[in-house]
Amino acid sequence: MRPRNRDRARGELRTIATLCAKEFAQIRRDPLSLGMLVALPAFLLVLFGYALTFDVRNVALGVSDLDRSAASRELIERFARTESFKLRWQVTDPRLLPALIDRDAIRVGLVIRSDFAARLEAGRTAPIQLLVDGTNSTTAVAVIGHADAIVRAFTSAWLQERSERAGRAAPPPAVAVEARVWYNPELKSARSLVPGLIAFLLMVTAVVATALSMTREREQGTLEQLLLAPLEPHQLVLGKTLPYLLVAIVSTALILLIGHGLFGVEVRGSLLVLAGVVLLYLVAGLGQGLLISTVAPSQPVAFQVAILTTLLPTFVLSGFVFSIRNMPPRFKRSPTSCRPATSSWPCEG
Amino acid sequence: MSAPAIDVRGLTRRFGRFTAVDHVTFSVETGEIFGFLGANGAGTSTTIRMLCGLLPPSEGSATVAGFDVVREPDRVRQAIGYMAQKFSLYEDLTGLENLHFFGAAYGLKGRGLDARIREVTARVGLRGQERRLVRELPTGWRQPLALAGALLHEPAVVFLDEPTSGVDPLARRRFWDLIADLAAEGTTVFVTTHFLDEAEYCNRLGLMHNGRLIALGTPEDLKARYLARPLYELEASPLDAALERVRALPEVAEAHPFRSRIHVSLEDRAVTPQALVDRLRAAGLTVLSLRPVVPTLEDVFLHLIEHASPEP
Repeated sequence: MRPRNRDRARGELRTIATLCAKEFAQIRRDPLSLGMLVALPAFLLVLFGYALTFDVRNVALGVSDLDRSAASRELIERFARTESFKLRWQVTDPRLLPALIDRDAIRVGLVIRSDFAARLEAGRTAPIQLLVDGTNSTTAVAVIGHADAIVRAFTSAWLQERSERAGRAAPPPAVAVEARVWYNPELKSARSLVPGLIAFLLMVTAVVATALSMTREREQGTLEQLLLAPLEPHQLVLGKTLPYLLVAIVSTALILLIGHGLFGVEVRGSLLVLAGVVLLYLVAGLGQGLLISTVAPSQPVAFQVAILTTLLPTFVLSGFVFSIRNMPPRFKRSPTSCRPATSSWPCEG
Repeated sequence: MSAPAIDVRGLTRRFGRFTAVDHVTFSVETGEIFGFLGANGAGTSTTIRMLCGLLPPSEGSATVAGFDVVREPDRVRQAIGYMAQKFSLYEDLTGLENLHFFGAAYGLKGRGLDARIREVTARVGLRGQERRLVRELPTGWRQPLALAGALLHEPAVVFLDEPTSGVDPLARRRFWDLIADLAAEGTTVFVTTHFLDEAEYCNRLGLMHNGRLIALGTPEDLKARYLARPLYELEASPLDAALERVRALPEVAEAHPFRSRIHVSLEDRAVTPQALVDRLRAAGLTVLSLRPVVPTLEDVFLHLIEHASPEP
């Protein structure tokens, strides 16, 4: 009894290996689909990784300093010193700043009134004006935050200096926030985008590849020939998914390497757990591809359906671009939590 | 006599309201070449697909190599080879890779498989072509390759669905020689074709028309049974007008175009050909020749289809 079972298991493995070998031979002959599976995700990662950034860096700044005091110069200096802003224009007439924004010469304008230093000395509030180009609202919000932080630092330094001049100790601030950002201490966009991109790209390629390969069998009539051979359904399914799983794993490794090399996103934690999760995730994607291929009548249809059911939901509903927290309540749970990419998106949850 | 290789009883397949195969009954003996004839859409391919277990019948039963196609589809599959109407091997693999793959899918392995591949490629005359990618293979080589694939696991029954469509006459001839060899070794060959001249190569024939089997028998049987009347071949011009006139004559039983001529069968032997020629000339036609001919299967089938009851 036992040897027979072993024989059967061996035969089973051989059949699946045969199916996989055939699939690999086909993948090898089709550089286009291999390229789509391996190189395209890597390429898109590089493209998106560089282009899709919400970081505030080198924002063009225009300044109109009507005060021309030591204090105002100190404030401007603080703006120019950061990586966030780059001082591009200094104008005497504040009315020029909107014109510069219109011409896209600057994104932010700073106006310092002529009584700036005098008000500070008198212990009164000294308002300054910040003109922000709101065309890109995400950047605008970030810019305001950065400017706010700079001004606050300036104020507390100035208060301290004045107290020292008066020979008194500076009054300690009432409440001090000591913010500590976990997982992404420098709040770099790449750190949060790259993992999301990995999830997104793998989903698209895994689903598209399997959906196309099975539909091709039907289109060429080879599926019928396969159905006639004494093969079990599970052997066919495994023989179809295992090769693409392997290719997708290679693609994953490549993406992780690029993420590390170009964007400094490294895996801190168990690689094994990551591998396990990726495996589970890919199996879900391959399954979805297989499902699509059973209903799609032709390769173009399979491609469209695969793209539509992966790209859009993964992009829109997983929290990759739009925060799930901000979605209407009805959307929050069901459709988004069904998307495999949702749970892998690190900024939510 | 042993059990028939194929036994079909009341086999029926409906697609919605359309009946593609309508209560078809016949059987095929082991080692026979059975020709299943019919125009495209007559129900031949649907019947083959049911016999291979690819399509469940709506009604009726069938056994192939002794196994019931509905109850024991797995055993049927192991016992048959199938060559689809549309070429269906992997075009992005070489011939050899295709044969290796399908051989392994049928459970062949190792040296046995290699030996078997050498055997079938030699048999179909594929030697030297098997390492080329299938998509670079000329059409004339694809057919033998597909046949080689269907024969790998030494099936008892081979189904060939329109194996010679799109193949040049010489290759067709070669292909039928292969089929004859197979049958001589005891393999049962079930072949569909719409080339009526190929029907002569078969041991027995079934003719399908609108889903029904309207004739069954050996080629000789069919000729003798359905064409007892003398048959003449008429060469006249203009052809269309001649056909119309000939059909109007009372002594003519039947007339149908045959290539660029007209085949005419007469009501009784009393009418002489000369009398017929005179009648046609009198009607204003130019008669070039009229001579007696031996009926071919094509005549038989045209006769049968003309006399078959119209679509229900």
